[in-house]
Amino acid sequence: MIGSAIIPRPLAKLPWRLIFMVTGISLFGLVVLYSAAGGSMSPWATKQAIVFIVFLALAVSMSWLSEATIKAATFPIYAAILAMLLGVEALGLVSKGAQRWLELGPVRLQPSEFMKPAIVLTLARFYELLPASEIRRWRAIWPALALLGVPAVLILVQPDLGTCIMVLLCGITVMFLAGLPLWIFVGSGIALAAAAPIAFSFMHDYQRKRVLIFLDPESDPLGAGYHISQSKIAIGSGGIWGKGFLQGSQSHLDYLPEGHTDFVFATMAEEWGLFGGILLILAFGMVVRWGMQVSANSKSRFAQLTAAGLSATIFFYVTINLMMVMGLAPVVGVPLPLVSFGGSAVMTIMLCLGILMALERQQRTQSRIA
Amino acid sequence: MSKWQRVTTAHQSISFSRRMMFVGGAQAAFGALLAGRMAWLSVAQNAKYALMSESNRVQLIPVPPRRGWIVDRNGKPIAINRSSFRVDLIPQQIVDRAKLVPALASILKLPPDEVDRINSELDQARGFQPVSVADNIPYEQYATITVRLPELPGVAASRGFARYYPGGSTVGQLVGYVGTANAKEYEKESKNPLLIIPGVKIGKEGLEKTMEMTLRGQPGGQRVEVTARGKLVKELDPKPDRSGGSVKLTIDSDLHQYAARRIGDQSGSVVVLDVQNGDILAMPSMPSFDPNNFSDGISRNEWKMLSENDHLPLVDKVTESLYPSGSTIKPLMSLALLQAGINPAEHVFCAGSYRVGNAIFHCDKHHGSLAMADAIMRSCDIYFYEMARRAGIEVIAPMAKRMGFGEKFDLPFSSQRFGTVPDPEWLMRRYHRKWEIYDTVNMSIGQGNVLVNPLQLAIMAGRIASGREIRPRLIANQRGAPGAPLQVTPDHLEFVRQAMGGVVNGGGTAAAAKLPLDNVQMAGKTGTAQVRRISMAERNSGGVRSNESLNWKVRDHSLFVAFAPVENPRYCAAAVIEHGGFGAAVAAPLIRDTMTFLFDRPKAMAALDVFEASIGGPLDQRLAAKTAAWRQANGLPLKDNKA
Repeated sequence: MIGSAIIPRPLAKLPWRLIFMVTGISLFGLVVLYSAAGGSMSPWATKQAIVFIVFLALAVSMSWLSEATIKAATFPIYAAILAMLLGVEALGLVSKGAQRWLELGPVRLQPSEFMKPAIVLTLARFYELLPASEIRRWRAIWPALALLGVPAVLILVQPDLGTCIMVLLCGITVMFLAGLPLWIFVGSGIALAAAAPIAFSFMHDYQRKRVLIFLDPESDPLGAGYHISQSKIAIGSGGIWGKGFLQGSQSHLDYLPEGHTDFVFATMAEEWGLFGGILLILAFGMVVRWGMQVSANSKSRFAQLTAAGLSATIFFYVTINLMMVMGLAPVVGVPLPLVSFGGSAVMTIMLCLGILMALERQQRTQSRIA
Repeated sequence: MSKWQRVTTAHQSISFSRRMMFVGGAQAAFGALLAGRMAWLSVAQNAKYALMSESNRVQLIPVPPRRGWIVDRNGKPIAINRSSFRVDLIPQQIVDRAKLVPALASILKLPPDEVDRINSELDQARGFQPVSVADNIPYEQYATITVRLPELPGVAASRGFARYYPGGSTVGQLVGYVGTANAKEYEKESKNPLLIIPGVKIGKEGLEKTMEMTLRGQPGGQRVEVTARGKLVKELDPKPDRSGGSVKLTIDSDLHQYAARRIGDQSGSVVVLDVQNGDILAMPSMPSFDPNNFSDGISRNEWKMLSENDHLPLVDKVTESLYPSGSTIKPLMSLALLQAGINPAEHVFCAGSYRVGNAIFHCDKHHGSLAMADAIMRSCDIYFYEMARRAGIEVIAPMAKRMGFGEKFDLPFSSQRFGTVPDPEWLMRRYHRKWEIYDTVNMSIGQGNVLVNPLQLAIMAGRIASGREIRPRLIANQRGAPGAPLQVTPDHLEFVRQAMGGVVNGGGTAAAAKLPLDNVQMAGKTGTAQVRRISMAERNSGGVRSNESLNWKVRDHSLFVAFAPVENPRYCAAAVIEHGGFGAAVAAPLIRDTMTFLFDRPKAMAALDVFEASIGGPLDQRLAAKTAAWRQANGLPLKDNKA
């Protein structure tokens, strides 16, 4: 908050620290995209700037939504997105190919993207409605599992493993924070570890290859392991201070594949080094922390769970991407939000931030009333 | 109901803050993990990844080194490089292959199988390794390509170097030839990348092969920054190439070519040595192949013509062919007799035949009574039968070996043959039988199992001439040993030298070989090596048939060894003309003219002109006529339409 007589009240009441942070990350992202295009605003930086401004404006306007409105909209939105997921699936069946989006006139909608914040809202709403005494009952688990499982399966068969994992992790975080018995998580974790080999056998060939390559990227440096190898070379060769702006040879000579989308962090790290990487990680860390703070300060259970879940969404976005880029996780196709070129990740993050800002505004107004 | 089942809102709130702490802590831990991982990659492993990034960025386009020259003793070129024009394709820069390859084919007039080769090489091509389109193209085609380069993306026209041998077929056997490395050679050099650069030729035969490492040089490289797709971004400072070292031979290329031309259309070879140090001044083997034709790959027809020729143009007759020495063994035989204590004045009566047990040995004339010097000069066999029998194989065989028969010489040729000097031990090992008197008798005139190559014959002449154990030397930069004095009494050598002088100048068998010079006299010895067995029936039915009446294949070999001048010798020489007939008739005049060339070039050249006029013009003209005749006989067009 900026307390000044000159700035109009509605503006002054915006969470400026967060907006600065997010804008800072995005500007840095634009600089990296400018360099990745060989020192040019086109084809990526300009578009990305417009996308960012549009969605930031959307997020800011969302901050005036009341908690009650959000609550009321939750289940209908969830149902709508689920319907769209089914629609995508049906379309895919018809066109006999992988399908991830719906074409609605000029707009291309990727419903799985909306599912990330939506699943958080839905589960938060569910656990809010659930009486506290029921939390250790079977009744607290199966509806949540159904709410989470159905979209997760729909997304997995698209196939979009990255988004599926993200949706699952966000949902599980909300369930965990909702207070489900610990043994469920520990037990599932053990069961999952045991079931991993079975899951492996059900994977698509390209997914299986990605897992194998992740375990040993050097086994195929020119083939499927190329992404990870080149990304590690880019990051490793950057050193502490990087090769300098516009000096990254890995990205400029096209050795780094997807250097402006999923592997944008490697492009950045090559030119800005460890310094730039730590800066970016810290900035994202502060955004997530701000979201967690909102959760901690929330009075209502819905707001608590929603804020924590949305923060977790941002966290998982960033973490999975960075682990993937640095060779700590298989390549699952998760972009780095606000930095990677592309609208959907920005949209998801801005939806999350919009809701978080709305919740935060309510905390302040409530506290003032109290 | 236990207390755990009665969860209240208060409980829930406590559990929530606890779990929030856990989640927050886990998030922080992941953040730290990511930062740590990044530090590990970019700090701890920075050197490794920086190197990998650099090797990604910078690629080396090898620039082939220029092959070293082969020059003669006076620096006259024997093998040099001539600039040539070539066209390559850079696969990654090609925009429209379907149009480009036919366009090139029409400009360069490529035959369909070449187009197929280019297409299949393009399919296998990786990165920026160029694919060769055409080599050694005429300047007009090169110019056309250069002008049209902007509309032919992916085409690289460049000037390169092709091997050129000014001596043509006269040096074929000497230098060998070069060619593109094949898969086996590439594997053998553990995939040396130099070998697969388009236009790089390596030695395949002869000196080109044996001196390969000296001639090849170090490849340079154009260091370039390239993208992952192989597109060239910019050129960095090049790494210069180092030309191959030149190889200086002891050959006198004028003399070598003279002797080659003087052989004419016959199948044979000549060796000329410097008796002071063993330097090989000339060693042509004819007929030969033109190594210029081999450097851009020889056509199947050319190869067929060469390999079908009964004059064996693919064999180096100087070092690879073995012949019975015939009477050229007589000088060294005389040395053996003298060493055995035989009085050179003692006479033997020659009545034309000589009996050993049941066998009768013949001489080609009835010489009457003669002593050693006469026996050498007139090449009487009976004298040597008798005296060799008295002296015994125990002195003869060592003397033959001392004179270089059967000796292995260290020369840069990959397939030399060294022949045999038979002795009782060798005969037992080889044929499991005891040495008999008739073996000695047979050996005394260089028949039987005595086999030598022409180089060894020349060495024998040189050793007799110099009295030193000279060895042949071909590479001038290598220091040759002067050679220890021979284990032969100097008086004996002088006696034989004089007798050999008499062969040419004293009314001996090679009177026709007398040098047409006033101040220089040549010494020599003729030889006629029998190829067939002359049967008793033939001798009885009116005498031995003349060579002219026989098939070329069974005629006698014509041999001659010589040195000059007789007093204070400087050069020695040997010639073997396969199936040439009497030594005195063919080989001796050949050596006469060759020797003359060393002392009086104009006179020798005049003799050559007369000789060449008598056999149908200069070498290349005769070769062209022969090729045309062969092609016609085999139903082929006059020229291969080779690209």
